[in-house]
Amino acid sequence: MIEVDGLCVRLPGFTLDAITLHVATGEFFTILGPTGSGKTLILESIAGLVPIHSGRIRIDGRDVTDLPPERRQIGIVYQDQALFPHLSVVQILRYGLRYRPRTADREEKIAYLIEQLGLEPLLERGVVNLSGGERQRVALARALSVAPEILLLDEPLSALDPNFREEIRGLLRRLHHETGITALMVTHDFAEAHFLATRTAVIEAGRIEQIGRVADVFNRPISPVVAAFVGMKNIFEARFDGCAARAGALTFSLTGPVDPAWRFMAVRPEDVRVHGASPETGDGASNLFSGRVTRIDHQGVFADVRVRCNGLLWQTLLPTSRLLDEAIAEGGEVWLEVPAEKIHAM
Amino acid sequence: MRRIDPFHALAAVCTLLVVGFIVFPLVEMIRQPTAANLKASLADADVRRAIWLSVSTSGAAAVIAFVFGTPFAYLLARRDFKGKRLVESVVDLPIMIPHPVIGIAILSLAGRQHWIGRLAADLGVRVMGSVTGIVIVLTFVGLPFYINTVKNGIEAIPLRLENVSRSLGASSFGTFWRVVFPLAWRSVLVGMILCTARAVSEFGAVVIVAYHPMTAPVMIYERFTAYGLRHSQPVAVWLIFVCLGLFLLLRWINPAGRRRT
Repeated sequence: MIEVDGLCVRLPGFTLDAITLHVATGEFFTILGPTGSGKTLILESIAGLVPIHSGRIRIDGRDVTDLPPERRQIGIVYQDQALFPHLSVVQILRYGLRYRPRTADREEKIAYLIEQLGLEPLLERGVVNLSGGERQRVALARALSVAPEILLLDEPLSALDPNFREEIRGLLRRLHHETGITALMVTHDFAEAHFLATRTAVIEAGRIEQIGRVADVFNRPISPVVAAFVGMKNIFEARFDGCAARAGALTFSLTGPVDPAWRFMAVRPEDVRVHGASPETGDGASNLFSGRVTRIDHQGVFADVRVRCNGLLWQTLLPTSRLLDEAIAEGGEVWLEVPAEKIHAM
Repeated sequence: MRRIDPFHALAAVCTLLVVGFIVFPLVEMIRQPTAANLKASLADADVRRAIWLSVSTSGAAAVIAFVFGTPFAYLLARRDFKGKRLVESVVDLPIMIPHPVIGIAILSLAGRQHWIGRLAADLGVRVMGSVTGIVIVLTFVGLPFYINTVKNGIEAIPLRLENVSRSLGASSFGTFWRVVFPLAWRSVLVGMILCTARAVSEFGAVVIVAYHPMTAPVMIYERFTAYGLRHSQPVAVWLIFVCLGLFLLLRWINPAGRRRT
């Protein structure tokens, strides 16, 4: 279990402010946030690698706030792997063993890691002769070799190409299930959080914006910052009145009454439908507005289509084929359909 | 016909001039003494003693720089603290201060009028006119070269390697010996060679602190003033060979820093 209470770290030009989060024993928890939001700083604070200004950190109930890193019983895996370039893979794997008590099953555990991570053919190799995926597997094995109480993962998938990323992601999930270790991973990729974690925290500019189950954060962000981070790119200031919302000059029907104290509405680009001609929806639950296409950015199979409706600029995502089918072009008039159930109020 | 870029042509001319400016006097000096003169000079016990004294005291200065300068270089490379820039400037001071001034400064500390000098004398340590004095002076002038080289070498090692080592259970001392030192050894060696090379060539400060026992540069000066150019040249040539040997060692260890990267 990891308990971080009121963690505050002050660096020149950046402050990590009153971070409180609890990760249950055996849980896979992610911290999500854009680059420079302070994610890695939280990990390094837990690891004891940066001086903290205030707050307490406990690992499995043990207060480690004032302990040096080597006495915290943690394993850390960095995005760039940080493998020791002067050692072979086997030397890297055994690096930390001399600092841990010699237990009867130690060699057995190392052999297990070597087998599970497919490191047998790599053992005598130097770091420069490893691929990105192999490096990350070695880094994982090294961190787990000392049987840490918690595993800290600093964007371990970010620097990998897509094939290796998928491989290591699957490996992480399998290892977590098999070892039951408490894992805390920072990432800027929501898909990774979805795949690996049960709960997540979204951090922005050194503050936690939202903590919750991954699906809840994804579907019910509580602030524009989180909404933007989870891909709700159409975020507008709005006034709510019963089952209606008013943003700019547009009025939207909602599926149910909304607290009038809420201030924003958000919609994902993929949830906004664009039609070349006025559609016959007939379901009565959609909000239909006419607008003009201001920009189309082709992204392969999909196209990012920007539409301006009564002063509000909408970002939508359409299959490229539909642009041709419905004669949607830059400068052309289109109809925008915003399903009521896809409007998120906050 | 391919057109010659005027700027590149100017650069080539300047290169030739500078290389000639450095190499020509040295080559001429090496060329002028006969082989018999060089042999006779090496047969002279005083010359051999002076060269050995220069090399050994310079080596001792490099070892002292290694012992005290390595942790200091690590601190400068890895920690930010108030006054760090000032400390870095202080490290560079010996490069900028005229060397006779360094000699006088050390003498003023080592004399009976200063408590350090009195303490040293009570402990039986003589600075003026002694090997100890020479080593102190050479350490003083060589330290900046060692510290700056090692500091740059440590800065080039990713801090994350140390972080991981600590997380695996190694103390900061253990991390230094198992991660930092094995990765920075080339910089350490280059720093020691630079420190030695700088110390071997030191004259201005040494001549003030210890005219005797005579180091090679002091002997060259003494022979030049007493007997003229011809008698000083063979000793100078041997000293050039020593410096050349150090230079070749340096290039072998650190071929333009290519291997490090």
